[in-house]
This record gives sequence, C-alpha cells and structure tokens, in this order.
Amino acid sequence: MAAISREEVAHLARLSRLAVTEEELATLAGQLDVILQAVAQVGEVTAADIPPTSHSVPLTNVLRDDVVASCLTPEEALSGAPDAAEQRFRVPRILDEDVAS
Amino acid sequence: MTTTLPAYDEVVARYEPVIGLETHVELGTNTKMFCGCPTDFGGAPNTRVCPVCLGLPGSLPVANRAAVEATIRIGLALNCSIAQWCRFARKNYYYPDMPKNYQISQYDEPLCVDGYLDVEVNGEPVRISIERVHMEEDTGKSLHVGGATGRIHGATESLVDYNRAGIPLVEIVTKPIPGAGAMAPEVARAYVTELRDVLRSLGVSDVRMEEGSLRCDVNTSLNLPGEQWGTRTETKNVNSLRSVERAVRSEIIRQASVLTAGSRITQETRHFHEDTGDTTSGRSKETATDYRYFPEPDLVPVAPDPTWVAELKAALPELPRLHRRRLQQEWGLSDLDMQSILNAGAVELIEATIAAGTTPTAARKWWLGELSRRANETGVELADIGATPQQVAELQGLVDAGKLTDKLARTVLEHVVAGEGSPAKIMADRKLEVVSDTGALTAAVDEAIAANPAIADKVRGGKVAAAGALVGAVMKTTRGQADAKTVRELILERLGVQG
Repeated sequence: MAAISREEVAHLARLSRLAVTEEELATLAGQLDVILQAVAQVGEVTAADIPPTSHSVPLTNVLRDDVVASCLTPEEALSGAPDAAEQRFRVPRILDEDVAS
Repeated sequence: MTTTLPAYDEVVARYEPVIGLETHVELGTNTKMFCGCPTDFGGAPNTRVCPVCLGLPGSLPVANRAAVEATIRIGLALNCSIAQWCRFARKNYYYPDMPKNYQISQYDEPLCVDGYLDVEVNGEPVRISIERVHMEEDTGKSLHVGGATGRIHGATESLVDYNRAGIPLVEIVTKPIPGAGAMAPEVARAYVTELRDVLRSLGVSDVRMEEGSLRCDVNTSLNLPGEQWGTRTETKNVNSLRSVERAVRSEIIRQASVLTAGSRITQETRHFHEDTGDTTSGRSKETATDYRYFPEPDLVPVAPDPTWVAELKAALPELPRLHRRRLQQEWGLSDLDMQSILNAGAVELIEATIAAGTTPTAARKWWLGELSRRANETGVELADIGATPQQVAELQGLVDAGKLTDKLARTVLEHVVAGEGSPAKIMADRKLEVVSDTGALTAAVDEAIAANPAIADKVRGGKVAAAGALVGAVMKTTRGQADAKTVRELILERLGVQG
C-alpha cells in the first residue's frame, strides 16, 4: 500500500504554492512514497528506550540577552526583493486568505 | 440581509452561549523574539529588520531570554504550571506578512498550561480557566493598495513592512467558558480587563489595545439547553474593552437569527467592525487551516530551571485583585464605593493622588466628582482628562491651607484641565486666592454694615440669622473669594454679638 496518495501530494502542493502538473503529480507521488517507506523502515527498528529526537544536539536553553543589535538599512533589506515601493516589499494582492497569528 | 435581528433578551432566554478568548500580547522587551532588532512602536518602514526577522537564507534565530522570562511570569501570575521542557514549532502558511513562510510558535508543548484567572462581574467572582500560555512572534504589517479603503478586498497589491515581524508575542488561551448565560459579554470584557491589569502590573507589556499591543479574538457558540455545544466562530479585530463586550453580544444575536431560521453556523473567522458593532464573514476555517506544525529545528528546547521559576514566582508583584482589596481596606471603603471607583477607572489615579499627600476622602471626591463628571461630558477617559494626581493633591493642599474655598478650587480645577498649569500658578495668575487679608476683609465688612443699617440693627438686637444678608453682601464685594464662615464671624464680632 502506498504511504502517500496522489490526492495528498496534490494537497501539499497546493499548500506549498507549487504549480504541479498531472504528470509531475504521478512522478512526485511515487518518489515521495519511496522516501516515506524508507522512513517507515527506520521506524521499525526504533527501540522503546530511545526518545523521539527533534534536534541532533542535546542542548537546551540557548538564549540571548535582550540587547539591541544593529539592523540592516532599508536599502539592504530591500536589495533582494523582487519589487519594492514606498520602502516596502511589494507583493501581489492576497485573496481568500487571512492573517494567521 | 433584511431580516430583523432578534432581541438579545429573547436570544439568551432560549440559547446558552459558550465563549472563549485568545489574547495576543506584544511583550515590551528591548529586542525581538529571535534577533536583536529593536521593538519600538512605529518607525520608518523596514528600518528595524535583519537577516533573521527577514528570514534570509543562512540566518538562525536565538530566543530572547527576557521574553522567555516574561512568558513564565505571565504563566505564574495566571496560576499555570510551567513546563519543565518544551519546544518551539513551525506554523507553516503562505502569507507575505511572514517572510519565512512560517511563524515560529508553540504547538503541543506550550511553556505554561492549566491556569486560571479570577475576575469579578457585577461584584460576583467568576473563575476563568486558562488552557495555555505560549510564545510566538508577531507578523509584519501589510498595506493593501489599489483598493478604495486599504482593505484586502479590491486591492491589487500589498506593500509589506517587517518592523513588527518577530516582535515577541505571548498568546493566552482560555478554556471554553460555558454557563455565563446573558452575562457572557460582560464576562468576556471582565476577563480581558483583568488580564490587561495583570499584564500591566507585571510590567511585561504596555497593553495598549488601540495600538495593537493587546489583541483579542473571541470565540462564540450557541446551543439549546441540554444539547451539545454549537459550532463556534472566531471574531477578530476586537480592539477595545468595549468592543469585546459588543462583539460577543452581536455575534450571539447573529448566530441566534441563523439558528432560528433553521440554518447551520459555519465555523469561520469573522471580523468585528468598530463603527457598526457588527461582524462580517472572513475566511472559512474548514478549507483554510492546515498549518503542518512541526518542531522548530533551528531552536533548541526551552527547559526552565525550577530554581529560576521559583525565584520568578517569589518576585511576582501583588496582583491587581489583591491590590484592590488591600486599597479598599486602607481607604475604608464599602464594596459599592470601591466598585464605583473601579467603574470610573480611577483606582490608580486616586492611589497616586494619595501618594502625593492627600487623604483618601479628598482624592476620591475630586476624581469621582468634578473630574469624572467632566470626563463623562467630554467622552474622554478619566486618565486622559488633563489633570494629574499631583495637581489634584496640590489643589487639595491649597484648600486645606485655607487659600481656596471648595468653590474656588473647582474653578481652579477647570483651568488645570484646560492646561493652564499648576493649581498654585492658576490661583496666582487668576487672582483666585481667598481674601485672607484681615484688613481688606474688615473694610468690606464695615462697608456692608454701613450700607445696610437696618439689617445691622436687627443683628445687634439678637436676630443673628439676619447676618446672612450681610455675609452675602461681603461675598459679593470680594467676588466670592472670601471664606463665608470667616466673614460671618467677623460681622458678628464687629456688631458685638456672640456667634
């Protein structure tokens, strides 16, 4: 059984704002399925005494002091922007969506 | 829609509302959550940004210790348990207000869980359960251009300023609050008010709803008695305490009209409009939310040292509710009197006035009397009336020193509110001081006696009450700037009568 369906891949592509053709969808679904199967195989050997790992280094509490550091200039900040106006990043209009915070 | 909305009283007699509140607080740290950019309000666009808060490739976030500490203190003040170990999570969504295409937040491992906040609604205690308090970062600000009103609809493009992106935000989420009945709007308002006061007492935020440093989303649902809770809506854009109350009320009425018509409530985000007090539909949640949260790989877990947490707990300030109770005792007020001070938003003002050297009675008299009346008339908050606690204390000092009568003091206060300076200066500039020069006063008394021989004779003959007319005459010549009691004593003395 496939670990990921064609519909799920199409959904992910939509969420990721990727324009994926029908053919690409078939190819990607197959490739992703192989990856997921491989991960599932690793899961099989996971021992009960090994906690789930999200970070490769065993560190906690890496915090910085609340001290102001230097910022970029607006020119620097906008230098990589595809488009800018009024010292702001200019982007296409947004429809059907909302701020998430 | 042309349907007439049902009356609120009828709605809450039939349906039971369940509410819930999500509050976002911008912390008053010097720097952003994950980088050293300053957090000051305003500023020219994109002047407070760096590779981290712009999400440039290769940059790495590091959490702000002061923000973690502030979140723990908020959690402790709200009686939460502090997690011994927790992680940040990525909330993935494509929207240009987040340059990384995800927001760093917390998901299933919030820093603080399971607390409560006790509030009072019409003098009755209500305990609001807190589900979680977690850390995240604020978004940038979009300016929608091409449309008529700066709103999303009709806009052709958006201009984005990332100064606000990455400012530390704390999200405080209540558990669902059932059982408030008709009082649900007041409960919502009382909760946000108390929460604001707690946050202010902690000094973690300037909690200005109008500037967006305290923002509130209100969840509302309705159900028939005995039935399951209904589908909820989430109302955003609620920017004042009054709006919190109005938003709940209007959403209860709207949902009732939908349900009564036999339709279903759609789970969705709705926007509150300050001008009309109504909500309108935003995005439908069923189709839009799929944030694919996962643990943030760029940040290591936060595991607060229990000793640190204990120290923070021991150092918490007196919380507003206890503080108010203590003040009420110190000031010797009844519950009712204290309530009127709270309703007027005068607690801190009166406290500061007393600290500046006035008695509780006098401080309360000025703030709840003359100044509250003016605030109501002009529609401004008492704190913004234009008179400071120091000025009120100074004014009362002049009264106590016999330099101003109560009536003159009220006149002086009017000029203080008008921004003419300190009470002493106004008194001097406008020559409002009580005529205490005995020579001048005696002359005015003698003049009044000479001008009213018949009345003077009556008084001499023992009709002491007749002296009132002479007092009036003296007050007239001194333009009200004499103390009536002193004048009366002086008249009786000049006429050789015992008072």
